[in-house]
Amino acid sequence: MNSAGNSPCYHCGLSVVDTNEFVTTLDGQRRCFCCPGCQAVAEAIHGNGLANFYQFRSELNQKPDSASSINYQAYDLPQLQEEFVFPCDVADDSSEPFVQARFHISGITCAACVWLIEHRLNAFDGVHKVSVNAATEQLVLQWQLSKVKLSEIMSAVASIGYVLTPASEDQQLLIRQREKRKALMRLSVAGFGMMQVGMVSVGLYAGASEEWLVYLRWVSLIIATPVVFFSARPFFEAAFRALKQKHLVMDVPVAIAIGFAYLASIWATIRATGEVYFDSVSMFTFLLLLGRYLEMRARHTNSLGNAKFTQLLPLTANRINREDVGQSRQTVALRSLVVGDWVAVGAGESIPCDGVVVDGESHVDESLLTGESSPVKKSTDDLVVAGSVNNESSLIVQVTAVGQKTKLSAIERLVENASLNKPQQIALADKLSSYFVAAVLLMSAIIGGFWWLHEPSEALWIVLSVLVVTCPCALSLATPTAHASALSRLRAAGLLVLNSNCLAALAKVNFVAFDKTGTLTLGKPSVSECLPKNGQAEDALEIIAALEVDSRHPIAEAFKPWSNKRVASQVQVSTGKGVSGMVDNARYFFGNLTFCRQIMLAMSEEHSPIIEIQAPDDRQWLLLIRQEPQTQNFSQIAWVRLEDQIRPSAKPAINACRQNHMQVMLLSGDTSNLVSQVAKELSIDDVHGGVSPEQKLDCISEQQQHQRIVMMVGDGINDVPVLSGADVSVAMAQATDLAQTKADCILLNGDLTLIPQAIQFAKRLQTTIKQNLGWALAYNGLALPLAAFGYIPPWAAAIGMSLSSLIVVINASRLSKGPLVNHHA
Amino acid sequence: MEILYILVPIALVFVFIAIKVLFWAINNGQYDDLNTEAHRILFDEQESKKKPSNPGDEKSSH
Repeated sequence: MNSAGNSPCYHCGLSVVDTNEFVTTLDGQRRCFCCPGCQAVAEAIHGNGLANFYQFRSELNQKPDSASSINYQAYDLPQLQEEFVFPCDVADDSSEPFVQARFHISGITCAACVWLIEHRLNAFDGVHKVSVNAATEQLVLQWQLSKVKLSEIMSAVASIGYVLTPASEDQQLLIRQREKRKALMRLSVAGFGMMQVGMVSVGLYAGASEEWLVYLRWVSLIIATPVVFFSARPFFEAAFRALKQKHLVMDVPVAIAIGFAYLASIWATIRATGEVYFDSVSMFTFLLLLGRYLEMRARHTNSLGNAKFTQLLPLTANRINREDVGQSRQTVALRSLVVGDWVAVGAGESIPCDGVVVDGESHVDESLLTGESSPVKKSTDDLVVAGSVNNESSLIVQVTAVGQKTKLSAIERLVENASLNKPQQIALADKLSSYFVAAVLLMSAIIGGFWWLHEPSEALWIVLSVLVVTCPCALSLATPTAHASALSRLRAAGLLVLNSNCLAALAKVNFVAFDKTGTLTLGKPSVSECLPKNGQAEDALEIIAALEVDSRHPIAEAFKPWSNKRVASQVQVSTGKGVSGMVDNARYFFGNLTFCRQIMLAMSEEHSPIIEIQAPDDRQWLLLIRQEPQTQNFSQIAWVRLEDQIRPSAKPAINACRQNHMQVMLLSGDTSNLVSQVAKELSIDDVHGGVSPEQKLDCISEQQQHQRIVMMVGDGINDVPVLSGADVSVAMAQATDLAQTKADCILLNGDLTLIPQAIQFAKRLQTTIKQNLGWALAYNGLALPLAAFGYIPPWAAAIGMSLSSLIVVINASRLSKGPLVNHHA
Repeated sequence: MEILYILVPIALVFVFIAIKVLFWAINNGQYDDLNTEAHRILFDEQESKKKPSNPGDEKSSH
């Protein structure tokens, strides 16, 4: 192998294979890079005088996308801009009008990225305001179109390693922002209120004289009023909604407790007798809101809300004017395409519509339908689908469907339906609380009735103290605190949970379905075997790497580790068959068996003997042959087998699933026999190969009808519907944005063994929640009879309440420490 | 102790003002991204030395 210098790439931190390959001197220091992309980005950053970025950053950068070669010129079309660029008023003496646009940025890893982007864009004359939000990955830009073109801005950002995509006024995003701001406001009012009432109640408890007591009660009433009416409003609203639908949820006892304690305290203030609970009300509200706010922040951090199916399509299409004699081409916005138009799709471009190939021959990546990245051959009269990528040479396509009628839209609708039908697991606390509330209300009524008959003057006070004492503080904290520590523990282990509701279902999973490509396997071909017939394997691989160096075919990726050792000239690519070229004065051919046989038949002269070639076995082998410069004879150099290798963690993960009595299924869109091969290697019996996105979803629904709780692990666009439909869905970190958006969890480090561990951990979480609920119920159950007989003074109730909450929180925090799974347990 | 009749209302007025100011800041978007703003002060410290002499740079974004 290469002399692997293990120094990391200066930009992205990946290990550099060859420390002499991509080297630049920056600020007098020699820096080496893993790829030309990182090198270009680092040079651009230094070239713009922004080198401080590398000192500022706290996280390493993402490897820049090869998508930086996107043609941004299209964004200068006014037709496209009218969707997301709007005029805006800016207090500036300039006469030129300003416009504002909102973008989504991908590639932000830490706060220094924000600094970098803002400084790069501020360097443009005509840019008025740049504001980047790292949490939502949004950029809002105000600038003068007359001075800077949109395409210049977008390519400037691309040159420093981030990709901008226009975000139209996204309703979802605005709602989310408003929700977040509102929550912060409610929290701050509750916080201020809690502190102020707390100060006042020191006076109340310290034994002020009667005259001051009245005054201090009125003061705390004034402070607590906004807390109840503004901060605690979400609880009242949720409780009201639930009651209207005849449900009893956790918010109902919370709302009753807050409402009654507040009303009772007002009564006490006006009558100038009895106890006031304004401090408890405010503190309770604040603690509950704090928990909710922290949970909301955790949910919103990974905002992938921007991923949409339409982003798979190009913004423009190259329409061919058929009436025109010269068949002139015109760039038009995608939505002005109609059925029957002819469009030209260049190499490396996405196909904008469903259609039929009328001219050209190429390989097309249809991974959105099959999940397979190996391209499918397309020639005249073949059907192509919108969103697939044309890999090799340009095609001319006649449009058969656009917009809502494409197959891509069909998948999108499938996703919507699937997420509507997704089974909901009702949280344990909500189930319990319905009994709890019913019991408390019933008890209060009975107690109230009893006292009303015997001592009517005391009845109201006793009922209120019962309600306050049974304030479900610990009960309502039991689940969220346990969830919060479980989420942080899972995140530290490498599983990001986006939807905390899935934790309840996770504990019950008994059926796990895996996608093949990119999930059980690494998703890209690599050299698994090389059998040299003549010479060293290393030499053969270096020669192949030289031949493949400029190829866009995914196979070429497999030979990257051996590239740049030798140089090939006169390289010719025969689409879908193989390559040929001159290396070290000899001509080499590399391709499948048929290709090599054809070459030898066509090029051998009569006198040279035709050698018989036979593959080592019936798997897919590729052959390198060499034509001697003098004799023109052919000889076999080496057989190479490429394979999408199975993730090292796949086998232990599947074994662990089995040990825990879970059924395992393999669901793949791939039609080849590779599916059964992978299944055999991992000993999975339940195998479904060549299934469409719809069929995948059907497989899952069938299992769900048999009362199985299904987890789906996938990565591709073709997995998106089934991810939306499964009880719990996990997307791989390399998955498409769309898959990540629709998944409940994201597996950050690609370690599949984490999945059975997480399921075990979720079971532990459920145990902790049950303990918490049990404790809270026990406390309330004990306090209730005491309160009913009038034995509990307010201070004792306050201490008991805090103590029971504290125990719940401490018990929950045990989850965030230690190993995910207790093996001895 | 009668001074409390004046001091407590004054304290309440201050609390009201503080909440108003906080609301203004929240609605102004100042709390939308808590992570970046916490780090920004560290970035700007060294910046003036190495800033490129580009005319557009003088416009501040903060």
